[in-house]
Amino acid sequence: MQQLSLLLASLPDGVLLGFVYGVAAMGLTLIWGVMDVINLSHGSIISLGMFGTFFIFVKMGINPYLGLIPVAILGLLLGIVIYFIAVHRIIDAPHLSSLLATFSVNMIIIGVATAAFTTSPYNVDFNMGTFDMGFTTILGTRLIAAIIAILVTGALYLFLYKTRPGKYVRAVTNNRAAAELMGVPSTQILALSFGIGTMLAAISGALIATFFPFSILSGAHYELKSFVIGVLGGLGNPVGALFGGLILGVLEAAVPAFMESSWVPVIEFGLFVVILLVRPKGLFGAKE
Amino acid sequence: MKNWRKHLGVILPILVVVGLAIWPTLVDSISVREKAFTILKAVALASSLNILLGYTGYVSFGHIVFYGFGGYVGLYFLNEQGWSIWASLLIAGISAGLLAFLLGKAILRLRGGYFALATIGVNEAMKALINNLDIFGGPVGMTLNFKIYKTYGGAAEALNMAFYIMAGLALASVILSYLVRVSKFGLGLLAIRENEDAAEVMGVVAPDAKTWAYVLSAIIPGMVGMLFFFKNGNVEPHVAFPLHASIELLVMVMLGGQGTVLGPILGAFAYQGMRGYLVTSDFFKDIQLSVSGAILLIIVLFIPAGAVGWLRHRFAPLRRVLP
Repeated sequence: MQQLSLLLASLPDGVLLGFVYGVAAMGLTLIWGVMDVINLSHGSIISLGMFGTFFIFVKMGINPYLGLIPVAILGLLLGIVIYFIAVHRIIDAPHLSSLLATFSVNMIIIGVATAAFTTSPYNVDFNMGTFDMGFTTILGTRLIAAIIAILVTGALYLFLYKTRPGKYVRAVTNNRAAAELMGVPSTQILALSFGIGTMLAAISGALIATFFPFSILSGAHYELKSFVIGVLGGLGNPVGALFGGLILGVLEAAVPAFMESSWVPVIEFGLFVVILLVRPKGLFGAKE
Repeated sequence: MKNWRKHLGVILPILVVVGLAIWPTLVDSISVREKAFTILKAVALASSLNILLGYTGYVSFGHIVFYGFGGYVGLYFLNEQGWSIWASLLIAGISAGLLAFLLGKAILRLRGGYFALATIGVNEAMKALINNLDIFGGPVGMTLNFKIYKTYGGAAEALNMAFYIMAGLALASVILSYLVRVSKFGLGLLAIRENEDAAEVMGVVAPDAKTWAYVLSAIIPGMVGMLFFFKNGNVEPHVAFPLHASIELLVMVMLGGQGTVLGPILGAFAYQGMRGYLVTSDFFKDIQLSVSGAILLIIVLFIPAGAVGWLRHRFAPLRRVLP
């Protein structure tokens, strides 16, 4: 009984966090799907998003949710720049090249940011009240973050399925050579996809910063979560990532009710490897 | 030996390692010994990784899992069961190899990025698991009982001995790497790297060959881990399984030239040297990570074959002496 009440108390929080994690994973999995690149600079961009919130809210006093707009635009531009500097040349090279190229971008960002902000933790003191639901209370910041996460997913879906550039992105995902033959400007589309991927990472970072303390190194933690979520939802399937995030959030909330919370990562990463092995297209993907 | 010319390629790598091993005695300095120890450790790990990464073409992002796991098992037997360091080293290597064998059976089916992701997952899962195991000390890890050093003639002597064992491991990894490179087995691995399906058609039993390459690349890292933790005197989960160290190894192999015997050695040298310089220089100290990142990016983009690969490509006669 005690476990049940514990579960009820932590589950809503897990669901809300899961949506936000989902946005981070969406960026990773979009890039993977479109260009077969595992973006190892993802974590550092999540961290930059966190610092975006810090500067916009703490230094400039602007509402962090309004601040998402400049964070998103900067994230998009940064992604396009990263694409042309580091990824474009090696887009057809073996995986090792793209892994190391994006990892070196990660090192560059972390290095510069460490010199600027040090690695000590930061905190954004931002409060949106709490909602009492009887068996548990929910922080307003997490509720709003989850709603924004769902809106972002919806916007991404509309972009991919209802607009022409979105159609191009899907075409390049499917078969780049064929898309080029049909006149799709593939370089621009690849750059745009990379930009959108990093934009989503920056947004999720900015949202996480409204309720968790962070440092320049915390992005790596969410990057690993993004890998797990991406695999759960199916690598290359951005909308599946939202559900993957949900599963991870629920798992993180549910496991501590039954065993010590230090077992959470064992289960997470164990599950991750198993799903990679048996369902590499993800839980919702087509069977091979 | 009549056909010593055929084995010219292994002489330079061996000379480098032996040179590193006698360097501290020549200048009689502890700090040089520590420096040489770090480089030898990097040589041993990078050369081992090269068997999987360079020859077989599988990108293991979590190779440090063998270092951590072997090290943990070895230290456990040394510390808790009272085994000698030699027996512990052996069990460290065996357990790492066994782990690689079991893992290999499962995850080597995955290709490309999926394999790389799985190795990250394995490393993180193992770190979290060890964190929860009480026999390995859980989150606080294990501290070496310092009496053990006495068996080997006191702490100073024990550290000195650890240095020479490390040199031996580095030498072993280089020789192993060379033997694989020139063997028929190695040829099969190279074929897998170029095109796995075609290799299978030509008669390479890819799943077995890959698994053995994985095992061979895991044994020495396990022993290196054990030795390093012995020297350090303690081990903790987050010290034993650092994901970034895995990536540093990839960088070393990449710098020197993947798939060559000399490459990882050069890469280990260059990387450790560069890091040592950047961390201590006044100008680069704060942004050393960025500078390393930029250098890595330039290499990945413009010299993807690494230093040795580039030399082999440019100067054909060198191909005979730089396998």
